[in-house]
Formats: sequence, C-alpha cells, structure tokens
Amino acid sequence: MARWKPDLRGSEATPEETWLRRRDFLRLGAAGAIGAAASALPLPAGAGEDDPSGEVLPVARKLEMAGGEKPTPWKSVTTYNNFYEFGTDKADPAKRASGLRVRPWTLAVEGEVKKARAIGIEEILKMAPLEERIYRFRCVEAWSMVVPWVGFPLSELLKRVEPTSRAKYVVFETLLDKAQMPGQASRILEWPYTEGLRIDEAMNPLTLLAVGLYGRVLPPQNGAPLRVITPWKYGFKGAKSIVRMRLVEEQPRTTWALMAPTEYGFYGNVNPAVDHPRWSQAKERRLGEFFRRDTLPFNGYAAEVAGLYAGLDPRKLY
Amino acid sequence: MAVLLLPVVKIGWDAATGGLGANPIEAVQNRLGFWTLVILALALVPTPAKDLLGVSWPQRLRRILGVTAFGYALAHFLFYVGVDKFFDWQTISRDLTRRPFLMVGFAALLCLVPLAVTSTDGWLLRLGYRRWKLLHRLVYVAAALAVVHFAWRVKADPTRPLLFAAVFALLLLARVPGWIRAARR
Ligand code: HEM
Repeated sequence: MARWKPDLRGSEATPEETWLRRRDFLRLGAAGAIGAAASALPLPAGAGEDDPSGEVLPVARKLEMAGGEKPTPWKSVTTYNNFYEFGTDKADPAKRASGLRVRPWTLAVEGEVKKARAIGIEEILKMAPLEERIYRFRCVEAWSMVVPWVGFPLSELLKRVEPTSRAKYVVFETLLDKAQMPGQASRILEWPYTEGLRIDEAMNPLTLLAVGLYGRVLPPQNGAPLRVITPWKYGFKGAKSIVRMRLVEEQPRTTWALMAPTEYGFYGNVNPAVDHPRWSQAKERRLGEFFRRDTLPFNGYAAEVAGLYAGLDPRKLY
Repeated sequence: MAVLLLPVVKIGWDAATGGLGANPIEAVQNRLGFWTLVILALALVPTPAKDLLGVSWPQRLRRILGVTAFGYALAHFLFYVGVDKFFDWQTISRDLTRRPFLMVGFAALLCLVPLAVTSTDGWLLRLGYRRWKLLHRLVYVAAALAVVHFAWRVKADPTRPLLFAAVFALLLLARVPGWIRAARR
C-alpha cells in the first residue's frame, strides 16, 4: 500500500491570501482606500457571488495537492454542479439548494462497527483539525476543476467507530427528503443516492470528509454539510449531503452503476485509457480553459493510490 | 426572418456578459443543438397548418425555416469540430465511428445536406415536384435521428428528448389527413 507522505507537496501550499488578494485588488479599484480597509474584514455572506461567502472555518493547515495549479474560481465551483437531487441542469443546484436545512444534521454510522452511533454535525466539525486540501476534481463528463476543500481524512471518523474485521466496504447515503430535494420527485435515479468505497480506499489519507470550500462552510449545492472527496475517482463517487455511513461485508450496489452498468463502474477511478461509451476520457476540459488537456491516470494521484489496486485488471478500474 | 438569428445573438450577448456559465463551450454546443431541433420542428408546421387549418401564409416561411435549421445543425457540428475538439481529428474520427450518440447526430446532419442543396427553385424544377417531395421526406428521418442523438446524450432525465419526439410525432400525424385527401384525388 502506498504510504502517505504529509510533507509531499504540502509545503508549497497556496496561502489563502493568494485568492483573497484578487478581491482586494478589485475592491481597491472600485472603492479606493475605504474598500481596501473593508477587505481586511471577513466578507459577509452574499457580498457578491464572485467572492467566497459563508461562515469561515478554522483551518489548521493547508496542503496544496494539485501540482501548484490555481483553484477554479468560487463562482464556477458553486454554480456548475451535478447534484440531481436539485435538478439535472448544472445550474439547478445553485438555484434550488439554498434552502437546504443543514442544522441540525445527524450522521448515522452503523453496520460492521463496534461503536455504531449517530453523530451531530457540530461534533464532526470538531472531531479532527480542519485542513485545506487543494485537489484536482475530475467529472466523468470530461470536465474538471481545482478545488480548495476543507475537511479532514475520513479515516479519522471511521477509526472512532472501530470497524470490525468484516467491514470490507463503506456505503454512503445522501439525504432522502422530497420536500427539500425537488429532484427526488422524479425517479431518474434510485433515491437515496448511494455510493461506496472499499474500506482501504475509505481509509486512504487522500480520502477527505469535506465540510468546506475556499475556507468557508460547504454551500448546499456542493453537498452541505458534509460529503466525501476521493480525488483520484470521478466526481460521482463522492456522495453529498451524507446522512448515513454503513460498513458492510459485500460490495454495495451504487446509484450510477445500477442506473447504467456499462457506463459507470464501482471503482470510478479516473482512467484516460477507458472511454465512457459516449465520449473519450483521454482528455478533459478544465473549467476556464479553452483547450482540452490530457487526463492523468488516477487524476494525477497514482503515487498515492495506485498501490491500492495492485493485481487488479486496470481495464476494470473505471 | 431575422428572428431566426435571435438565438445566435443571445449566445453572443451571453458570451460577452458571462451569461454562459462556468463551461461556456458546452453551453454553446448545447444551445445550437437545441435550436436546430426547434427550428426543424417549426419548418414542419406550415404544411399541416394549411391542410388542417387552411392557413397558408406560413408556406412562404417553409424554405427559410428549413435552410436555417440546416444552418444551425452545421454550426453545431462545426462548433464541435473547431471549438469543442479543436480540430483534434483523431478524437473526432473515433467519435464519429465509435460513439452511437454522435454517429446518429452526424447521420441527421447528412440527411439535411441534400435537402438544403435542393432547396432552390432551380432544383425543384430539375427534380420535378413529385421527386423533390419524396426526397424531402428525409426530413423525418433527420428529425428521428436527431431526437435519438439527444436522447442518448442525456444521462438520466429523458424528458426533453421525449418532448421533441412527441412534437415530431404530432407534426407527422397532422399530415395524415392531407395525404388521405391527396390519395382520394
Ligand atoms: C440535425 C443534427 C443535430 C441536431 C438536431 C442536434 C441536436 C443536439 C441537441 C438537442 C443536443 C443536446 C442539447 C442539450 O442537452 O441541451 C446536442 C448535443 C450534442 N451534439 Fe448534437 N445535434 C445534431 C448533430 C450533431 C453532430 C453532427 C454532432 C457532431 C458530430 C453533434 C455533437 C453534439 C455534442 C458533442 C453534443 C453534446 C454537447 C455537450 O454535452 O457538451 N451533434 N445535439
């Protein structure tokens, strides 16, 4: 298994100021000295959809893990979302998810664990020091972004419930609530959205339990209040707005693999050599760029995760 | 008929003002495809409108509607080649030989080519009305292929392609009385 090296590229972490500075610059231009003074304060929510907004999270350390690439602007990250619970258009979640009640929120962790329990979101937020992790994000639809997530390794949470030796997989379940999630009224997918990881994938240090974005709490359209991020897998593997984690012995049936088994596998590992039936996965469009760029095996995280799949047929790893 | 260019104007306007969202290339690609279908459907309205409702003024618009639909289809295709794939011929040729969703889209475009070419008065005379009319029934094949293209592209929600399928089916159905009348004559 690949060993985690925390100092890998962490020292190059892009300071928060890099993306804050641009805003300062804009404000200077707009409002002169007063604007400059005001920009030293945290930005109030709704100050402008181009700027990060929402409650600021205490970030203990920052890891830049996208090869030094600039994060995709906040506006793109929060207005271009696949979250079918709020509609199938990418603009739907930003328009329709804002009312999602994220407090109180309880996560049930159950199944093959010694300490099954329901954990409130406040406790989760304090469970481990929050880290900013800048990861590449590759959607199965051949577009990608670079996202500064905030969260902590999922293993921190799983360790606390003490998985038994029979826990081979972790199943993630998204909230099921037609009243709040209008997309669930039509049966385009089997609700609730269910995703899963092998236990060693879930315990891998790269696997993040994300609670924030750009130093702020996660906006509803990005999967508030907590979601999973596995940067070497296509985006659909990262369940959003999670209410339940079940540790199980058998490989779970996951939503997209059920919906179109020839198009979406259980692993969902980013693999430029295995095409989606309807398009090539060899290249991707990074949001904001004109030319497509080459897709990297495991989305560029082969050094960290390829060891997880030693002995498995790479053609099956999609 | 400048109205038919409004979708393009709107695309230009949105492109200039950031109204195309985070992935403008995809947005333009999809909008051109959508308007191809809409205008193609509009081109099929005049004939049944005359047969069923006795309204004949739309007849004059039939040619411009049909040719414009072809123009949008061509723009949609050229945008795919020149912008989305940026002349990446290897990917394009693989797309057009291996991916059913794009193969049927391409077939739809190919069906429209002879119709656009023979849309002139000269061609109508050269072919003779009967043969011209027979040839132009290809438009239904094009419409069917285009709807399949749309349906196969969609990941989960088939509502919009089904809506177009229903519209084209109704437009075809609306022609039946006219055919019966013609056969009786
Ligand atoms: C009569 C011919 C055609 C019609 C009516 C048509 C129509 C459409 C429609 C309605 C969409 C989906 C729009 C949406 O989801 O909002 C679409 C998408 C698309 N079409 Fe076509 N199409 C045609 C021909 C073609 C051809 C010849 C190609 C290229 C070979 C092509 C490539 C595409 C691509 C790549 C998309 C997906 C865009 C994306 O998701 O980024 N189409 N088309």
